[in-house]
Amino acid sequence: MYKIAVIGDRGSTLGFKSLGLETVFADTAAEAREALHRLAAEDCAVIYLTEQLAVDMAADIEKYTDAIKPAIILIPGTAGSLGIGIAGVHKTVERAVGADILKN
Amino acid sequence: MARLNVNPTRMELTRLKRRLVTARRGHKLLKDKRDELMKQFLSIVNENNELRKSVEAALLQAHKSFAVASAVMSPEFLEEALMYPKQSVSLSLNLKNIMSVNVPIYDFKTGSEDAAEIFPYGLATTSGELDDAVITLSNLLEDLLHLAQLEKTAQMLAREIEKTRRRVNALEYVMIPQLEETIKYIIMKLDENERGNLSRLMKVKDMMLEQARQAAIKQNEMMSEKIS
Repeated sequence: MYKIAVIGDRGSTLGFKSLGLETVFADTAAEAREALHRLAAEDCAVIYLTEQLAVDMAADIEKYTDAIKPAIILIPGTAGSLGIGIAGVHKTVERAVGADILKN
Repeated sequence: MARLNVNPTRMELTRLKRRLVTARRGHKLLKDKRDELMKQFLSIVNENNELRKSVEAALLQAHKSFAVASAVMSPEFLEEALMYPKQSVSLSLNLKNIMSVNVPIYDFKTGSEDAAEIFPYGLATTSGELDDAVITLSNLLEDLLHLAQLEKTAQMLAREIEKTRRRVNALEYVMIPQLEETIKYIIMKLDENERGNLSRLMKVKDMMLEQARQAAIKQNEMMSEKIS
């Protein structure tokens, strides 16, 4: 059995806590990075990470892209969406097809 | 295209021909694999794109509800209300094989079947907005997991497609032309040797005929000398 984790600032993650997900409060990318690697080493199959933190963690996220576990999924935080999550989808398409063929 | 550095022998030729056949078959198979992967990938990534948009919108909605709830309640109460969850979620991870790529299938189980268990707080100190926010999030959980599954699958397929495409290209533009060129080179070389050998034999035959003729002439002369 695996866990589902959420990493983000207090406001963005508090709600997930009541659902029984593993939540880690992180206000800086450094904290989030530490939490990410710790959760990945533990039994976390899915880690939700707010885009606000993900901005400065591209390299760390990249590390887990090709592994089957964990899946790192970016979600918008309370401050709104930065469009990185959807950009990630476009990047995946570009990697596979060679050009971004998703329309907007 | 540079040819391989091999000895132009008949044995090498057979070996290379066999390799060329294998390379061609491999190329065809990999090309089929790439096409099928691409087909699967495109349908998954389209779904992924749609789902991400809707999930992001729903999440922002949930965040809004939370913002309202936290405006109504004091932050201490809010945190206290949510600090100790009653509900727990565990995830089982199965693997599905798409064209020899193992992709995850998530299946989550909530610790308690009771839907009301998502509220880990009493009703006295909390506001209705908080309930709304928690319900929204709870309904979103399944979509969130589905999103995770799709996104991970898309990423893993993308990697496999990239790899397969590289192999197909390497076979098509490097391996196969190289083998063809080397085979051609060996055939030419062998033919050239054959021709060289043939002309040498003809030359030797000519020389031997010439010798035989000279010998015959000499003998004739000797015979005629004896007679006279």
